[in-house]
Amino acid sequence: MSADGSATGAGGAAASAGGATAGPAASAATSGAPADTSPPGDTVGEPNAARVGNPGPPLWLLCELTYTCPLHCVFCYNPTDFAKTEQQEELSTDDWIRVLRQGRELGAVQLGLSGGEPLTRDDLETIVGEAHTLGYYTNLITSGIGLTEERIKALKDAGLDHIQLSFQDSTREVNDFLSSTRTFELKSKVAALIKKYEYPMVLNVVLHRLNIDHVQEILEMAESMGAEYVELANTQYYGWAWHNRERLLPSREQLRRAEETTNRFRERVGSRMRVLFVVPDYFERRPKPCMNGLGSVFLTVTPDGTALPCHAAKSLPRLTFPNVKDASVEWIWRDSPAFNHYRGDSWMKEPCRSCPEKTKDFGGCRCQAYLLTGDPDNADPVCDLSPHHHLVTEMVEKASAPDTASPVVEHPLIFRDRKNSRALSS
Amino acid sequence: MSAGEVRGGAVRGDARPALGRGFRFQWEPAQKAHVLLYPEGMVKLNGSAGEIMKRCDGVRTVAEIVADLESTFATTGLEKDVHGFLTMALEKRWLEMRA
Repeated sequence: MSADGSATGAGGAAASAGGATAGPAASAATSGAPADTSPPGDTVGEPNAARVGNPGPPLWLLCELTYTCPLHCVFCYNPTDFAKTEQQEELSTDDWIRVLRQGRELGAVQLGLSGGEPLTRDDLETIVGEAHTLGYYTNLITSGIGLTEERIKALKDAGLDHIQLSFQDSTREVNDFLSSTRTFELKSKVAALIKKYEYPMVLNVVLHRLNIDHVQEILEMAESMGAEYVELANTQYYGWAWHNRERLLPSREQLRRAEETTNRFRERVGSRMRVLFVVPDYFERRPKPCMNGLGSVFLTVTPDGTALPCHAAKSLPRLTFPNVKDASVEWIWRDSPAFNHYRGDSWMKEPCRSCPEKTKDFGGCRCQAYLLTGDPDNADPVCDLSPHHHLVTEMVEKASAPDTASPVVEHPLIFRDRKNSRALSS
Repeated sequence: MSAGEVRGGAVRGDARPALGRGFRFQWEPAQKAHVLLYPEGMVKLNGSAGEIMKRCDGVRTVAEIVADLESTFATTGLEKDVHGFLTMALEKRWLEMRA
């Protein structure tokens, strides 16, 4: 997961929870059975955890502490109506600590602190300290803006485990243009601080049409910074990225070249650096097992306390999402109608309902089904068995056509800011 | 080279394994298992792997860990299994050896 447009993380936990698999671990002392393992970088979760009535624990808790952000990225997954949430409506420190405690009691282990930019909250260190004491593995998902040496040290002392730093591109010009700010040199300094304070270094770069041709330079930049993991995560088309999709979707040829470059780089660096390349799912023929099924392992709490089964789910119609100000995390997770709605498969329509692959991909992404077909219960149109699959292939063909000048003129990029948010949601 | 560094899969008995940097290891009641946490991911360990990992404190040697497990579980001949697990855990950087 990342604070920006991509939905997968070092573990792909958000979008493609693959499940911990019984791995080839050495037989261990007292049982002889293989350890239930997956390689570092794989994800939490169980493959069929979407059970109605008795869900497993929400292993992943994502706290979006604020919508305030110094960047204005055109591919941000935040809802386009985020400006409706005023800063004074954000959860208080005590609210967040209560959410952390209740989540931990249910078995949450991985904590993402995201936003907006979480560093704009001056209680971040307090929240991290409490999370660490409770037993979470704490991940800060940040643009790095505001991460001074003083704060990075205070966060380390509070028990922060990991910082995922996002870059928009390898060049200052594109980085600054896409985020509508001047931040590249500042981010480079933050990367050096992350190494100095011995955090695992995960670099996230959201790929799209305007930077995907720079993959070689991006990987070289990551190498020179000493990154241990790099996520080249193609934009997923939700939130702001959905509005900008015609400008952001790469062509087939761009994607092919970027994958080739990535594979050559992997061969050269070997195990020194792990590179994850996430293909935009519009180019696939089967959908991603989004969130491992809604309500199976993943719980997001938005800045105003709304609880969601996926960080993009606020866009889904018909569901009323509960708020942690009114209800316990336990009730929300186990009993609320919104979280139970997409558990199991009784909500499915054809072709999913009778499809043998429904236990593998859970029908794909509800948000994508809604955005593209108007009905969230439809099959994710990425699937070529969906009667709506042509909607996806038409977009890919359009992006791959030799002359793409005209849509660029018709659809200027919309930067994520409060003014545009109000315009889009009025 | 530090003591106990993996050479062709061999783990030295006098090496002291410790949790790798960036990992968190703990018992999870909700999963009834020991787990290993790392950036945005988790490994759920089986009982045996958990018993070995919880003894890897950077103080005890591999030989002491084997002896402790054999005594705790009233059995013998665990050395090969423990060495096998440690070799894999070192490769995955779940553990690192202290001199």
